[in-house]
Order: sequence, then C-alpha cells, then structure tokens
Amino acid sequence: MSAVTDRSVAVWQTRIKANIKVAGSGSPVVFLHGAGGLVWDDFLERLAAHHTVYAPEHPGTTAGDPEAIAHLDTLWDLVLYYYEVLDALRLRSVPIIGHSFGAMVAAELAASNPERVSKLVLISPIGLWRDDTPVANWMAVTPASDMPKLLLYEPDGPVGKKMFGAPDTEAQIQMIWAMACTGKFVWPIPDKGLKKRIHRIQAPTLVVWGKQDRLISSVYAQEFASRIPGAKVELIDQSGHLPAVEHPERVASLVEDFLG
Amino acid sequence: MYISAFHLMPHRELPDDFEKRYSSVWVTPPFHELADAKRVGQYYNWTLDELIAAAKAGADGICTNEHHQNAYGFMPNSNVMGSVLARETSGMDTAIVQMGATLPATQPPVRIAEEYAMLDCISGGRVVAGMPLGTPMDINLCYGVTPIEQRDRYREAHDLIVKAWTSREVFAWNGKYFQLPMVNLWPRPIQQPHPPVWVPGSGSTSTFYYTADRDYCYCFLSYFGYQSALHSVDKYWAVCQERNRDANPYRLGFLQLVGVAETDEQAERDYAKHVEYFYHKGLHVPPEWFGIAGHQDYQSLANAMRNPVAARAITSLKEKRYKDFLNDRYVICGSPATVRDQLKDLGARLRVGNLMVLLHMGSMPHELTLKNIDLFFREVAPALRPIWDDQWENRWWPASLRTKAPQEALA
Repeated sequence: MSAVTDRSVAVWQTRIKANIKVAGSGSPVVFLHGAGGLVWDDFLERLAAHHTVYAPEHPGTTAGDPEAIAHLDTLWDLVLYYYEVLDALRLRSVPIIGHSFGAMVAAELAASNPERVSKLVLISPIGLWRDDTPVANWMAVTPASDMPKLLLYEPDGPVGKKMFGAPDTEAQIQMIWAMACTGKFVWPIPDKGLKKRIHRIQAPTLVVWGKQDRLISSVYAQEFASRIPGAKVELIDQSGHLPAVEHPERVASLVEDFLG
Repeated sequence: MYISAFHLMPHRELPDDFEKRYSSVWVTPPFHELADAKRVGQYYNWTLDELIAAAKAGADGICTNEHHQNAYGFMPNSNVMGSVLARETSGMDTAIVQMGATLPATQPPVRIAEEYAMLDCISGGRVVAGMPLGTPMDINLCYGVTPIEQRDRYREAHDLIVKAWTSREVFAWNGKYFQLPMVNLWPRPIQQPHPPVWVPGSGSTSTFYYTADRDYCYCFLSYFGYQSALHSVDKYWAVCQERNRDANPYRLGFLQLVGVAETDEQAERDYAKHVEYFYHKGLHVPPEWFGIAGHQDYQSLANAMRNPVAARAITSLKEKRYKDFLNDRYVICGSPATVRDQLKDLGARLRVGNLMVLLHMGSMPHELTLKNIDLFFREVAPALRPIWDDQWENRWWPASLRTKAPQEALA
C-alpha cells in the first residue's frame, strides 16, 4: 500500500483550500472523482504503483470544509478553478483520468484548453444526453435501496456488500453532500453544452464503459468516441457504472497501457 | 389568537389501493389514470366554496398555497385561487393569506411582488404575503432548481421582491440568480411599506434565524401535530430571544388538522377514513425525496442524518391508523369540547398566535367539510379567540383587520 498524503493548496484568490490526495511515484497523472466523492481505492492504488497520482477533492467535499462550494457558481468557474489547481501543482500538461462527473470535468478541461491535458481517460462520463436513452437521475433514486442496482453489475456481490453493506452515518453525510456539491454543476439534466465544445479535444482519448451500466447506458461510449478525434473505446463486461471499482485490475491495466 | 382556514385542494377520490399501485403521490402520478379534468374542476370549485364558507363562518383568514405535479394538493398557483377569494370576500374582514407563491421557482420573482400587490389592491389591503422556500419535490424535481442553490436563490428573490415593493425609484437588479435592467413595480400594494410577511417552514434552524432577523412570522407547516413540533418550536423561540425579539406569540403560525363532530365517537365515524387517506395516500412520497442532496444545508443534513426523527415520522405513517394519529396528536378530532381543550393546550405550549386549521382532510366530501367548518367556527373558535389578545397585537396581520391589544390601544 502506497502512502497517501493530503496536499492543500490555496487557489481562487485563496478563497478555496483545495485538498488533493497524492500517492506513488513516477510520471504524474490526475484523477477526478465522480459525484459521490473521492474514495482512495484499489484502482488508484494500482495507478500509484507507476505514477504519481494527484486526486483533487471537488470543492465542498473535503471533510470539515463543506462551504468551499459557495465560491464557485458555474461550470465556467469550475473549469477555471481546476486550471488553478493544476497550476498550483505545477502540472503544465498532464494526463487526466475522470470518472462519471469527474470525467465530464476532465472532458471540459481538455476541450477548453487542449494544451493542458496530454492524455484523457473518460470512465463512464456524463455530459451528453440522448432523449431515447436518458441518463438516470442519481440524486433522486427511489427507493434509495435501488442505488446499488443503479451503480453495480452485481449489487449483492462482494463489491456491493463492501460499499453498501454496513451504512456509516458520517460517510453517508459526506456522500450526500458530495452529490449536492457536484450536482450544483449538472442539475437537473447533466447536459451543460459539452456537445458544443467536445470537438476541441486534441488529447489521445480512451473511453472506458461498463457494458451493463444502468445509470448511463454504454450506448454513450460511442456518443463520446464519435465526437473525439481518434478516441478508443473499451467496454468492460460484467460491469455497471463503476468499472474501476468492479474490475480494478482490468481497468488499471487498460489505463496503464494507454498512458504508456 | 387569530384563526385561518387552510386548504390543500387535494384529489379526493384516489383508488383504495393507490399507495400500493403507485410509487408516489407527488411528481410522477399519472394524471390520465387517476383523474379527470372535469372532476378536477369540481374539486377546485369545492375548495373555493369551502374557503369562502370558512370566511363567512368567521375565519380570520383563508389560506392557499402552491404545489406541483401531485394529487396531494394541486394548486400550481396560489394567486389564481387567491384572486377568486379576494373578490368573493369583498367587504368582509377576512385576510387573504397566500402561503403562497414559492420564491425560488418563480422567474423572475418580481412576478410575485406584482401578483401580491394586485391581490392587495383587489382585496382592499387584506393580503398576507407568504414566502415559501418550496419542497424539494416542487422546486428541485418539478421545476428543476438546483438543490444546493435553492436557499440562496430564495434569499435573493426575497430581497428583490421587498425592494420592488418599497423602492420609489426605477432600479436595476444585478443579482446572482436574477438580473433585471429596469424594475418599477405596477401596481404597488395598498399596505405600506408592504403586506405582512409569513415564512412557512418545516423546522430548519437556518429559517428560524432568517425569520427572526427580519422580524417576520414563522409558520410551522407540520402534519405531525404539536407534540412532535415542541422541540423545533422551543428552538424557534430561543432563536427569537437570541435575536432580541419579544415573545409576541403572533411571531408563530402553526398548521393543525382538525375535525369536529357532535361527539368523539361521531368524529371517529366522520373523519377516521379521511385522516387515514390523508396520511396514507396524500403523503405517499418516497422519503428520500424530502432529502434530495443539497436541498438542506450541510448542518441541517448532518443533523437530520444523525437524528433521523423526521425521516422516521414519514416512513412510519403507513403503520398508523386513526387512533394512532389521534393519540400521537397528529390530528385533533372530536367533540367541540375535546377539540377546544386540545387546541388551547397547543396554543399555550407552542405559544402560537396565528393558528391555521386544515378542516378539509384528504378524501372528505364537500358536505362533511361544510359541517366541520360550521362546527369549528361556531363551537370551537370563539373559545380560542381571546387567547393572547389581552396582551399582544398581531403585527403580522393586515393593519386594517387587526384588533388592538388593550395596552397598545391606550398607548
């Protein structure tokens, strides 16, 4: 297990103390987490074996600092905020891996300033919308006990048991607040115009999708790939919305091969 | 004590197995399977007739509100109903209590300033301006407002409305959520500087502070009765004290479900099934929708998760029957004497000045509702009226309709 350290950098006119989990050694790579918040997991652990992994926590999701989110209002703010985080980490041009909400942000960064993103890995990204295959509203899942079904291929399997088996109130509070803070930029429909900007992406791109994703169908893999020049798609069988959690070894090795 | 009649305008004839067949009464119930537009027209007219009957029976105020996409209470615009009531009560001493147009979902919010001002003009200065935040079902799910922005948006909308009512100059509004180049409200309210403001809520501490800081009336809209409200209401009065506000009981409104009959036994025969309909069908909402991420601020979320009383109250509703609702004091039903005693107790323990009574519950037919209205205002209300009036003036009531407290009249 690599040592994971918390690095805090003051950005956005020092109004926000960005917390970044850092681990490993080797060439840098940035990971942007999904709507439920950052969990340092086996996938990141595997990446850290060959890279220095920088995983920023979305503003407001850092424990003890819930109000940080109040300083950012729009997606435009958020994109510029992340450039400042990259600046503070002295990452001029860096591979960015994002999952779900984080993948949408990664795509926005790569589209708005192609020079800052050397390679792009989008794992089950949100950000596009098809009326014939709407994205499930993960903030209004009912009954709440359906959440594992929405996220996982095997909701009752070992991964499901680990994630949802023994609910911990404090962890739930953090998770709900993380959804509130990320939801600020995508509610009520997670289509904020990426389709108009995505053609600007120049970074070599890998799109990874769980074949049985019930939150956002894997038909979206092609929606993303067809709009990004040269993008490569990898579908993961027996996987839902969290392929890197459900198949960490497989996804880490795909990403590793892609990063080279 | 001032007593107003509240109405939700619910669907009165949902099928017996509604809550088994459908996942929610709010947001997603299919209209065409469950309702008929002509019959719905009848519901609206019954609702108006019942509120007018309450006014004629002596209600101090009549209340309407705003909700969307549901069979629980579907007045999508409180002011459409309020305008009919303002006109129909012309010449009467009845306040038109709008509880009201939801601020974060009305775009631009000056529309509320305009409509309340219109109602104030039509009614001759009898409007109470309710300023609700709105439920997560209405505001986030039906109207698409971003949950984490709802409170901030509310506050900006409030500031804009008050400025629109009071500014003598044309002004530009450069807000975070609303930008308007030239605001110059037509008409202006008769009541100056503006109608009294009531803030409906369900117990958020941040709303207590908001209300106390602005010297408004906080209206606790709970369906769980006064015993379960005690803790929250104590906190509200503590907040008022902390903010150096006096203990005027008219700072607090409280909504109570009430059914009056000749005897306690008759009340059970009259109201039991309608009370159960109200709680089992009318509040058939997935509990997680009340807690959509961001609708509560972080502290309220943490409090609610660590001490999930409200969530438990909602999830346990379907296990309760009429007797439980009665024993737990969610509803007050019985003979005039029973209802009087319990409402006096409620008034004293919560320190409520502005009582709102829900005299139509769920599936109650029109005739039974009229009977309830008649008995309540004839046999119950007169005993409650003198409470507080010897000491306090209702400063949150249209001035032309207030009775002065003796000492204030002397001073």
